[in-house]
Amino acid sequence: MSTALLTDITIFVLALLVGFEVISKVPATLHTPLMSAANSIHGIVLAGAMLIAVTANNALGYILAFVAAAFAAMNVVGGYVVTGRMLKMFRRTRAPVPAPDTPASVNGQSSGGGA
Amino acid sequence: MNTFDWVTQLLYVAAAVCFVLGLHLMNSPASARRGNQVSTAGMALAIATTFALVVHAGTVTATGWAVMIAGSLVGAGAGLYSARTVQMTAMPQLVSLFNAVGGGAAALVAINDYVRLAGAGVPEATTITTVLDVLIGAVTFSGSIIAAGKLQGLINGAPVTFPGSRAVNVAAAVIGVGGGIYMIATPSVPVMIIIILAALTFGVTMVMPIGGADMPVVISLLNAFTGTAVAMAGFVIGNWALIIAGALVGASGSILTKLMADAMNRSLSNIMIGGFGTGDSAPAAVGPGGDVRSVQADDAAIQLAYAQKVIIVPGYGLAAAQAQHQVAELAALLEERGVEVSYAIHPVAGRMPGHMNVLLAEANVPYPQLKEMEEINPEFPRADVALVIGANDVTNPAARRSGTAISGMPILDVDQAKSIIVIKRSMGHGYAGIDNELYFDPKTSMLFADAKSALTDLIASVKTLVG
Repeated sequence: MSTALLTDITIFVLALLVGFEVISKVPATLHTPLMSAANSIHGIVLAGAMLIAVTANNALGYILAFVAAAFAAMNVVGGYVVTGRMLKMFRRTRAPVPAPDTPASVNGQSSGGGA
Repeated sequence: MNTFDWVTQLLYVAAAVCFVLGLHLMNSPASARRGNQVSTAGMALAIATTFALVVHAGTVTATGWAVMIAGSLVGAGAGLYSARTVQMTAMPQLVSLFNAVGGGAAALVAINDYVRLAGAGVPEATTITTVLDVLIGAVTFSGSIIAAGKLQGLINGAPVTFPGSRAVNVAAAVIGVGGGIYMIATPSVPVMIIIILAALTFGVTMVMPIGGADMPVVISLLNAFTGTAVAMAGFVIGNWALIIAGALVGASGSILTKLMADAMNRSLSNIMIGGFGTGDSAPAAVGPGGDVRSVQADDAAIQLAYAQKVIIVPGYGLAAAQAQHQVAELAALLEERGVEVSYAIHPVAGRMPGHMNVLLAEANVPYPQLKEMEEINPEFPRADVALVIGANDVTNPAARRSGTAISGMPILDVDQAKSIIVIKRSMGHGYAGIDNELYFDPKTSMLFADAKSALTDLIASVKTLVG
């Protein structure tokens, strides 16, 4: 086993502990944005996907590079945008004009009631 | 290490610091937006650093550049479009989808590395992390797609099993792990393809038997898996940024998984094996039974309008009926009359952790009114009216007794309010499949209607009767 692996394991374990410490302080109110933010952070795999291109020189390499880059870019861009969109809705006081994010959701048909 | 390597490594460390700070700032809704911006800045830094690395390597062919840029643009476009257009009720599906692509990309990174080095001989340590990355990444990919399909209603949301499905699941696990061990001993690309297929099969057969109500746990678990897969990809290519980011996500997913499982009063293994509310649970212990009192919207409206303190208890039924805007409107109306309104949010109200808070925030409910279970439970005895909308099992006092299907489950102490109004379509059971003793409480009146129409009626009644 190499020193590099040992270093990697050390970093992994310490990062895990930091993660537990920081994330256990996030209130339940924010758990959905938290998960979405964590989602965008694992979009860092885009870095790995880009590095595939460094060595790609045949069809398989190119296909892997393309799919991995597309997946990871979707993850990272979508994750950050949707997290920002959600967090923007959390307000301390009621906004003067009720501004639902998607008007369509207000006017959906009400399905049957009755006892 | 030359200067270039030094600088790039330090920049990756700076990006990691941004991720941690970003998550730290999420400890309050007031600073959370800034947290997301800090995290985004860290990501931009990490991607820019990687871009510099790629340029510096100088080995990227013209086709290599083309596929990398085209892939990133296609993915970024798809991500941007889905993030902008998604309805807040569909957030769990989107998170699941991002888990799928993240896990898939992590697996592809390791697959590429392995195929490339297969001829030259792969170091044992790298093979171990490659195997882990491929297995976890592929399971996450197929499992998350199935979870998203179930949440979107494309796949039957109920637990789906077929004869021998458990056997297929076990066989896939054995082949995946066995093949992985073989790969470590004897590097082989064909074996890797076999374990990829086994892991994909395992992901499908793992999520199919899990019911819709357990989705908050499943999504959290798959989130933890994705983080771990990304960290393993970091091990494979020796990139610290991936290791740290993956570990942070792994920690986040694990914490949320445990919180959700605890809130449902179920162990993780119990959820993975499935079968809750599918007819095999023991018959419920008979509660007090008795009469159910039904109430009309007008009477309920008067009760609410003349209360001093109202606690609203929203459940998934509210979200399913898309009635979060109506509930916010009713609450605003009551507040204008000087009624103190707050919301009691059970941890599993919704289809993912914290989902109900987002839905209510979207409906313009100020976040200080959104109270967590531990915070709101002592307030129920002071509440004149508890208004339960589309929540069932999480309000059932039977959870406090032993011997019922939900014994020990943390519940909202709704029965301690001075009076209770329940909006519900019928006397149907929740996922636990038992009667809710709250409905038979003499203090409880039932308003039988769809959440949206009931709330619309209540709003109209408050306006006309006491406006």
